[in-house]
Amino acid sequence: MPLTKCETLAIRAEADVVLVRQAVRKLAIEQGFGLVEQTKIVTAASEIARNTLDYGGGGEAVLECHTDGIRKGLRLVFSDQGPGIKDIGQAMRDGFTTGGGLGHGLGGAKRLVEEFDIVSAPGSGTRVTLVRWK
Amino acid sequence: MSDTQLHDLISRHEVDLQAEWAKAITSAGSAREDLMKPEELRLQCSDLLRRLRQALKHGGTHDLTGPEWKEVREMLVGVSRTRASQGFTPSETANFVFSLKEPLFQRLRSELSAKPAQLAEETWSASTLIDKMGLLTMETFQQAREDVIRRQQEAMLELSTPVVKLWDGILALPLIGTLDSARTQVVMESLLQRVVAEGTVVVILDITGVPTVDTLVAQHLLKTVTAARLMGTDCIISGIRPQIAQTIVHLGVDLTSVITKASLADAFKIALARRNLMVVKRTAAVAAPVPAGV
Repeated sequence: MPLTKCETLAIRAEADVVLVRQAVRKLAIEQGFGLVEQTKIVTAASEIARNTLDYGGGGEAVLECHTDGIRKGLRLVFSDQGPGIKDIGQAMRDGFTTGGGLGHGLGGAKRLVEEFDIVSAPGSGTRVTLVRWK
Repeated sequence: MSDTQLHDLISRHEVDLQAEWAKAITSAGSAREDLMKPEELRLQCSDLLRRLRQALKHGGTHDLTGPEWKEVREMLVGVSRTRASQGFTPSETANFVFSLKEPLFQRLRSELSAKPAQLAEETWSASTLIDKMGLLTMETFQQAREDVIRRQQEAMLELSTPVVKLWDGILALPLIGTLDSARTQVVMESLLQRVVAEGTVVVILDITGVPTVDTLVAQHLLKTVTAARLMGTDCIISGIRPQIAQTIVHLGVDLTSVITKASLADAFKIALARRNLMVVKRTAAVAAPVPAGV
């Protein structure tokens, strides 16, 4: 899966979430994503970036453009050094939240992308990987 | 490396160096007389040269982080920040410092032409010093630019969101851009106040201008709708585009409790119906007299 472009953005404030969204949209357009695909990956990125900020205490987003034969895709990795998630299964379930949100962020993001991976343990931060192909 | 040499050179030719430096900046096309007066540039040159001379006199090293270089650092940071906000390009800002090389090296050449080894050493030493100053300038410049961007972002977020009256008892709220918590709060407050003032029956929240509807935005919308409902006002959300509709379905957010429409026009039609009003095409029989001058 050759990497064609890579960008790293810090997520420290609410405004950075907006920047992440804009950067993801730009890359999605460059990769030739359609309007619906763009909106899906941007929304998923927005959910996870906000989690990184709100629950992880800030972190970074690595945005990568990949090509796989004729397929083009985006791989987004969000990582933080926050408190981590105790029960990932519970966190993924719709309607569950430890903040004040709707509790659809993680599950929703997973449904908006094709590949979803979450690595987290209490005390060792959280890393979420989103992949969407055109 | 002998800083005294460089120090002596600068103190002997300070006035000339300063003039030549300002000239070099101008000839490099980095003076930007549209943004900065020539006298101001000359003042900056002489000021920095003076501070540089003093630093060289006291400082044994070219370590810009040292206390002897405090004055130079402050000056560079100040110059860089003002230029960033005045609209200088990064190259123009960097050239302000780098343009000192030419006149300085010329002086070194004419003074040390008989001693090539020393000339090479002095040139190298002066060059690394100016490079360091240039790098500091660039770092500050970038920081200042980022600050400007951050401020602009904040200003964007504070964009006022006008509550528009469409008809008696019908208000519309065209939402544009990012809906973060702070802005939604302002929006909700101003909307609820207008609801009371106008005796509103129907409110249309139009999200055509909101590029991304994630769970947080959805939550804000739902809260606004609920608050308006508590005050006896019906809410319609309009401007749900196909891509947004599909995304909301995947997110699993339930908006079925709210009336939603694809366009503001459709929502307005519903609102009129709620008010028992309708828009009819004018026929010849009921045509109102055409106003004079049309």
